[in-house]
Amino acid sequence: MSATVAEEGIQKPQVLRFWSTTTGKKAVMAVTGAILALFVIGHLIGNLQIFLGPDQFNGYARALRHLPELVWPVRVILFISVILHIWSSIELAVTKSEARPVGYTRWKPAGSSYASRTMYWSGPIVAAFVVYHLMQFTFGVGGTPYNRLDTYGNVISGFRVPAVSLFYIFAMALLCLHLRHGLWSLFQTLGFYHPRHTPRIHRAASLISLFIFFGFISIPIAVMLRVIPPIL
Amino acid sequence: MKLIFHIWRQRDRGSPGRMVRYEKDGLNPDMSMLEALDVLNEDLTIKGEDPVVFEHDCREGICGSCGFMINGVAHGPLLKTTVCQLTLRHFENGQELYLEPWRAKAFPILRDLMVDRSAFDRIIASGGYISTPTGSAPDGNVIPISKEAAERAMDAAACIGCGACVAACPNASASLFTGAKISHLGLLPQGQPERASRALRMVARMNEEGFGQCTNIGECEAVCPKGIRLEVISRMNHDFLKASWAARQPATD
Repeated sequence: MSATVAEEGIQKPQVLRFWSTTTGKKAVMAVTGAILALFVIGHLIGNLQIFLGPDQFNGYARALRHLPELVWPVRVILFISVILHIWSSIELAVTKSEARPVGYTRWKPAGSSYASRTMYWSGPIVAAFVVYHLMQFTFGVGGTPYNRLDTYGNVISGFRVPAVSLFYIFAMALLCLHLRHGLWSLFQTLGFYHPRHTPRIHRAASLISLFIFFGFISIPIAVMLRVIPPIL
Repeated sequence: MKLIFHIWRQRDRGSPGRMVRYEKDGLNPDMSMLEALDVLNEDLTIKGEDPVVFEHDCREGICGSCGFMINGVAHGPLLKTTVCQLTLRHFENGQELYLEPWRAKAFPILRDLMVDRSAFDRIIASGGYISTPTGSAPDGNVIPISKEAAERAMDAAACIGCGACVAACPNASASLFTGAKISHLGLLPQGQPERASRALRMVARMNEEGFGQCTNIGECEAVCPKGIRLEVISRMNHDFLKASWAARQPATD
């Protein structure tokens, strides 16, 4: 199977023609979403070390600070992924709103999941959370006590504020919903479907997103219940 | 049996429309939804009002002409059933039914419940074919096709182009329809030479017609009267991505 670039007689670079289609933009969303999901899993594994004590957790944070050759390429890739993910979602939101100018007086879901129908709600709210999260724990301007060299202490003092913990738990619930649909949908978008494997991907997406939810919220809950003690 | 209909009435493409309430008593539960509208239309005609316009042809569930929303679900509540095959016994006596036309920019309303689906024809014309000399029928089994490929191609070819997938999709996407056509031809040996260009052209055409994107939520699959599966959309995505990646400069002499 082969086709030529000029197949439709349009003199436009192939990459722009790709981007101009909904299928192309969705592929960009799928790939960048997969990169961001992988980061989330890695970030969770890093964070859970807080249960191993302040020395382990601060040691992990220190190790990352001393590995700029690892941290900065990851940051650049994540930044590009976030931009492309949001950019394609905005363009597709416009396409979506133009595709049905007059809505139904009644519309009832017949086969879709709640998670899949609320991607345009969960996504922006999680993005807003990420902004606050970076302000709080990376730039130290989130309104909670911050010491660049005491990541453990920052987490304790941050999550002792109930509103901060509640917003965190809420955002993680939405992230879980977002990933529950996104993690399987990306395979479909990238052209992989198999009657035996796709149901497994469905189950794996549900399990991984629940693991991410419970893993992340265990930290603010443990801090509020004083399971994770402050350094004395 | 009595039903209360709320039906979208719209004179033509440019006019505004509105929901109009009709009560109809004395309906037979074994009637189809279209037959109920026929009876309602007889009343309207006698009263000197305009009958409700809806598209229909075979009334056997195989032509793809009929279809509208019933209480927010394309083709109504019964799975794998077009409105012509949907009998009134699936509703309760005195139930209120909201009948609305398919809604999409690419499907302009012609009148009442009838929409213009020629955008589907233009998607087909852009690549839903194979280029081959026609004439007398070829000998049977000259081209070997596995049973599995033949069955799967047939499953995709079951699409009747009714438009329910577009109507049910929150994005008004035509991906299930286009995917069905791409899969139907792409699974067969005769469809291979044009498989890449077909995917590029049909996806581009689908976008130009103003259909939205696929977000894999599965509403289309749930309402499809022919049971077309989401798998056809992933085949379309696969063929499109592969063709986009592999596209070359045109060959010169």
